[in-house]
Amino acid sequence: MLQGYGPLIASGTWMTLQLALLALAAALLLGLLGASARLSASRLLQTLAAGYTTLIRSVPDLVTMLLLFYSLQIALNHLTEWAGAGQIDIDPFVAGVVTLGIIYGAYFTETFRGAFQAVPRGQLEAAVAYGMTPWQVFRRVLFPQMMRFALPGIGNNWQVMIKATALVSIIGLSDVVKATQDAGKGSLQLFFFSLVAAAIYLAITTVSTLLLAWLGRHYAAGVRKAEL
Amino acid sequence: MNEIIAIVQEYGQAYLWSDGYRLSGLAMTLWLLLLSIVIGFVMSVPLAVARVSSNRLISGPVWLYTYVFRGTPLYIQLLIIYSGIYSLEAVRAQPLLDAFFREGFNCTLLAFALNTCAYTTEVFAGMIRETPHGEIEAARAYGMSRFTLYRRIILPSALRRALPSYSNEVILMLHSTSIAFTATVPDLLKVARDVNSATYASFEAFGLAAVLYASVVFALVWLFRRCERRWLAFLQPRAH
Repeated sequence: MLQGYGPLIASGTWMTLQLALLALAAALLLGLLGASARLSASRLLQTLAAGYTTLIRSVPDLVTMLLLFYSLQIALNHLTEWAGAGQIDIDPFVAGVVTLGIIYGAYFTETFRGAFQAVPRGQLEAAVAYGMTPWQVFRRVLFPQMMRFALPGIGNNWQVMIKATALVSIIGLSDVVKATQDAGKGSLQLFFFSLVAAAIYLAITTVSTLLLAWLGRHYAAGVRKAEL
Repeated sequence: MNEIIAIVQEYGQAYLWSDGYRLSGLAMTLWLLLLSIVIGFVMSVPLAVARVSSNRLISGPVWLYTYVFRGTPLYIQLLIIYSGIYSLEAVRAQPLLDAFFREGFNCTLLAFALNTCAYTTEVFAGMIRETPHGEIEAARAYGMSRFTLYRRIILPSALRRALPSYSNEVILMLHSTSIAFTATVPDLLKVARDVNSATYASFEAFGLAAVLYASVVFALVWLFRRCERRWLAFLQPRAH
């Protein structure tokens, strides 16, 4: 049915999944750091984090992606020239992970900020009173409870980010979009192979929805719901 | 800094409204946004009413439509409509379809309108479902027909309550218009890409586009806040 293009499309899909998962990890980390900065006592950190989320969220993903991709390359060229080394070309995969991570880190910052604030202060104070270190407070008290509030937002951001990975083919990554377009041009069946790409994305978003519903039940354990 | 000034002097007009012989840049982006938002809105209101129907035969197809269009990237939808459909012999054989799908602008508009309509339908359907049941029961007790009930009670209130989520969708749609250049539409990002390849001043070329996009977002946020103040006044906490 795929006329011998199966392996190409499979490796493209694997590339897209790797990109999405690595970018998710980067964005979650940046989001946690950003939210901590926004809620910190330091004015400077607050302002920096607020500027980061406002700027990134008001500019389209694709524009930020191209801006970072080309500017990082030029900055790197200056650096290698200054160091007297040969030119290093930025790999589209690395560029995709970095740019998607930076962009969605801003969205996760806002998600985590709200979730951090939803955990009752008394719990954190009690943990400190027990003599826990800041890291222990985060890992044992703040994080498990915060996740319940953050999960709907994380799920939304993830679904948007999965769909944004399709744009990374524009900066030259051999992902599922590139693979299906190549297959379509090679077999002169562009319509069919574009539908294949859509079906693969639909499968990924469907599986994500099911996984997120399961995670939601996991983190809501022990929460009593009122019967309406 | 000198490069920014040089770019503004040479390409400022292309960035804002015209590349010399056609609409380009910001004006093209806003025109695409306006058309797709209006078409999407007009289609989404009846679809949202169908989406909340208790008849599966009516709500099912709408569910499938929003599920597919919200579950796949807009870029792939555009690829299917722009290069996919036009590669079909049957489409090129029909003069009318051929003329429509040959134009990148038409394909882009079709993809954008279908995409934003799917998201907007779900926003409106969610708000229709959350209409307080007392309002609906009172309207029925007055003897309103289903059509009158929707026209006088449900839609005016649901569309107002949808305003905050709807404004998000409009801003996301503005962001999405940046992929129009892949279908050769001379929008803001297309101009920035052309300037980038002509001058190699990447940061300045894309940075200028980023500033313009961000200004539109801030203007939209301001506009919607005004609309909310006016049309959502009945939901404000009242001072006694």
